[in-house]
Parts: sequence; structure tokens; C-alpha cells
Amino acid sequence: MLIKKPANIRPSEISSKENYLNRRKFIQGGAIAGGSMLTGQALAAMLPTDRRAKLADVQMSDLSTGEDANSFEDISTYNNYYEFGTQKDDPYLRAQNFEPHPWTIEVTGHAEKTGIFHLEDFVKPHALEERIYRMRCVEAWSMVIPWVGIPLADIINHFKPMSNAKFVRFETLNDKTRMPGQRYRSLRWPYREGLTIAEATNPLVILAVGIYGEVLPNQNGAPIRLVVPWKYGFKGIKGIVKMSFVEKQPGTSWEIALPNEYGFYANVNPDVDHPRWSQARERRIGGDLFAAKQPTLMFNGYGEQVAHLYDGLDLRRNF
Amino acid sequence: MSRWLTCTTAWTSAETFSVIDTIRQIRFVWKPLVFFLCLAPAALVVGDAFEITGRLGANPIEEIQDRFGYWGLRFVLIALSVTPLRQISGRNWLLRFRRMLGLFAFFYILMHFLTWLILDQSLLMSAIKEDIFERPFITIGFSAFLILIAMAATSTIGMRRRLGKRWQQLHYGVYAVGVLGVWHYWWQVKLDVRDPFIYAAIIVVLLGYRIRVRYKKTRQV
Repeated sequence: MLIKKPANIRPSEISSKENYLNRRKFIQGGAIAGGSMLTGQALAAMLPTDRRAKLADVQMSDLSTGEDANSFEDISTYNNYYEFGTQKDDPYLRAQNFEPHPWTIEVTGHAEKTGIFHLEDFVKPHALEERIYRMRCVEAWSMVIPWVGIPLADIINHFKPMSNAKFVRFETLNDKTRMPGQRYRSLRWPYREGLTIAEATNPLVILAVGIYGEVLPNQNGAPIRLVVPWKYGFKGIKGIVKMSFVEKQPGTSWEIALPNEYGFYANVNPDVDHPRWSQARERRIGGDLFAAKQPTLMFNGYGEQVAHLYDGLDLRRNF
Repeated sequence: MSRWLTCTTAWTSAETFSVIDTIRQIRFVWKPLVFFLCLAPAALVVGDAFEITGRLGANPIEEIQDRFGYWGLRFVLIALSVTPLRQISGRNWLLRFRRMLGLFAFFYILMHFLTWLILDQSLLMSAIKEDIFERPFITIGFSAFLILIAMAATSTIGMRRRLGKRWQQLHYGVYAVGVLGVWHYWWQVKLDVRDPFIYAAIIVVLLGYRIRVRYKKTRQV
């Protein structure tokens, strides 16, 4: 097994928060200036292939939290992405040589438009938005991440699902020559995830293609990944190659691996503990050594937007 | 040569001299050396915390807690390998390191416990109680820690004399500590049990050796 030692990110390469905030102001200014010059066509999302390249025409969103975002370093060095290994720093260490271009996404199932699409064509009809979201991992830690992405509802509407499409199912790339963690059968490959159509079309859900206004790092799920901020992080499937519109509830990776510990819904819920640890509080990454854990919020604080999706559902049983 | 070496004629024989020389060498050279070596993982945690020797990463509390836990368990296994190594190699001087290694196991597990108590739980009593009594893997780890406290408290020569036969019985507790420690580690891993499996395999070998020795002895009688 050959794993090339990746080029380490030097501290000097990591943007300070001041720099980042300036950059956001600059992008905001640019978006306003650009917006006045362009009409209609302006929304075509473009994805540069260079690492850490800036994403153009990113619009701000009212759905973003005002909380301080975690540093680029924290977000890009502490990851669960078992395709590259089961340790937190494995994705950062072992995904550097991963090449996410060219990339295609297959759309199948109960929809009027299906087929295999180049990533560029998949994202082109849509606009990029920045969404600063809380991210709560099932392991009781959390971050605030400034994602850049496309509302999944826009993408789904584009493919015109039929009335018998009750769920959306996603799959990650399955290629152990490119994803060394897949040589070990920690999970059943490929990684798979799913949402109900109602969940998937909720305005909060995005397919992310970037963080901090830049192209998504490999270790965070390049080139395209799911973000569902009111669910535990493992629902956010990375490196998506397949999206299917299906009638029955799809099996999802962690649920298949340990069905008594992880469920299909995986909504953040401080009242329903993991069988082995409490979910009542969470460690916010980036705090100082003596910072206390903070209380976990129902639906990760997004209850106002999503609680209605679960009316009448026993969340203790459907964890 | 110190004066007490020459005070009886028996001690002047070359053989006795070399034994005493070895004891002195262990005590004044090897023991301090091993002592500082055993402190290295703790020093590295401190060095990394101040970003001198390295870094603790995005979740430093988890990193500190994990490192102390790993080293605690490793020292339990190291201390448990002293007897088999001594019996197989015939190097009886190995025994002189056993108490120190055991106390280092206690030290690292104490630090592991304190990291959990102070940094992870911020001394929040309700959460601590819930963890100990409702999370089986923490109950297991905590029980192992209690056994180690009893062993560390009775590790002096004076306590050993005072407790007599019961001292040995108490210190057989280290077998339970080894098993509970590996179990505690195994149970908190999310899915990938390759690392805890290695620890489990080592404990099986170390305890299996002792069972075999005892079995042979009973057969001889």
C-alpha cells in the first residue's frame, strides 16, 4: 500500500479570520457590482478545478447563523471520512492526492430527467450561496462551517421527480484505488445516505461545493457533498456520484452497520442519547482548553424550519 | 567502593560484588533513565499543548484524554509483561522495574481521569454521575481506575509487609485492570476495532501465559 506523504498545509497558508472576513466583504462587494452588469445568465455556477480556488458569484443567505465560524484549519484537519481512514486526521493526511476532476453524477429512478451528468452541467443551472451552518457530529462535538453550495430543492426540481419518488438516495464514489480507506471494510462500501423528499426539498439542505468561499477541500468531500444542518454530520454524504429518486426508504451506511446505534432520521436531539454516550451537550471545536461543553439544541437549533417535518413521528423510536 | 561493601569477608568474593554492582547500577543509572523515559509521553502532551514539540489538533481535550488513556493501558500491559519476560529470560533484575511501571500506569490513567473530569466534563457533577452510572464503557473504565488506586496506595514496602498475604491478592487486581481497560477502549470505538483488537490480543497472550504456567504447576503436583 503506497500512501504518498502529502504536502502539509503551512500555517502561513491558512487564512486568518480577519483575512477571511475581508475576503467575504470583497466577494459581497463583487457580487453586488457584478449583479448590476449581468442579467439572467448570472446564476450559472462555475466550479474551478484548482485546489482552494475562489468561487465566483457567491450570494449571501439569510439562513446563515451569526455565530463565529471555525477556522479553515479546524474544518479541514478534523474530519470523519472513512473512505480515507477512520482517524480524525486521516482524511486530511490521505486525501491530498485525490483528484476530484473530472467528475460525473448519475441521476436515476423516478424522475423525468435522468442520466449521467458532468459535475459542471449538474451545477450550472443554479446559483451558489454561502450558508454558515452549525454542524453537530454524532460524537458530541460541533463546528460552525461557512459552506458554499446549491439548495438541494433547486437541483431536485430541475430533474422533475415523479409522484412515486418518496425518498432521495445518495452514493459516494466506490474506488479503493482512489480512496484508500475503502481497502478496509469498516463500513459497507459505497457509503450511502438518504432523505425523505420533504426533507430533501427543505430550503436548509444544500449540496456543498465549497467552504470559506473556496473550492471544497478533498477531505471535506470534494467535489460535492450533502449538508443537512439539523441532522448528525454522518448524514452529510461526501464525494457524491449518484442520486436516485426511490419509492422505499433506502438503507443508510451507519444504520446498516450498527442499527441499534444509528437510525435513518439521525436528527440532532439532546433528549435521545446514543446508547454509549450522552447527546445532551456538545464540545464546540475551537474553544480553549477550559471551555465547558454547551447544551445541544433540538434539531441543532433549526427546529423552526424543520420541526413540522416530524409531526406525529416518535423521535425516540425513529432516532 | 563504599565502605559497607568491605565489612564482611563473604562480600569480598567477586560474584557477590558483581550482584551488588548490578543492583547499584539499576538503582542509580537504569531506574532514573527508565523513569524519565516513562515521563516522555506526558512531557510531549505538555510540549504539544504549548505548540513547542507539535500540536494537539482541532480537539485538544479529546487528544489529551486519548493520549493519557493509551499510555495508561500500554503501561498496564508493559507492567504485566515483566513477569513472563523475567521467567522466560531468567533476567531477575527485570522485577526491580515492575513497581515503577505499574505506578506509571496509575499516573497516566489518573491523568486520563482528571482530563475527563476537569477538561471534558468541567466538573459538572450531574454529567459526571450520569456518565459513570449510565454509560457502561465509563463504568468499566472507572472500576479499573478504582482498583488501580487501591494498588497504588498499597505499593510501598511498608504496606506490603503490613498486608501480608492479602497484598498479593489485592495486586492480582492488575489482571482485572488489564481486561477492563481493553474492554473500556473497545467499547468506545465507533466501528473500527483494529487498534483495540491489538491490545486485546496482547492481554490474551499475557494472561494466557500465566494460566499455562499455573496449569503446568498443578499437573506436576
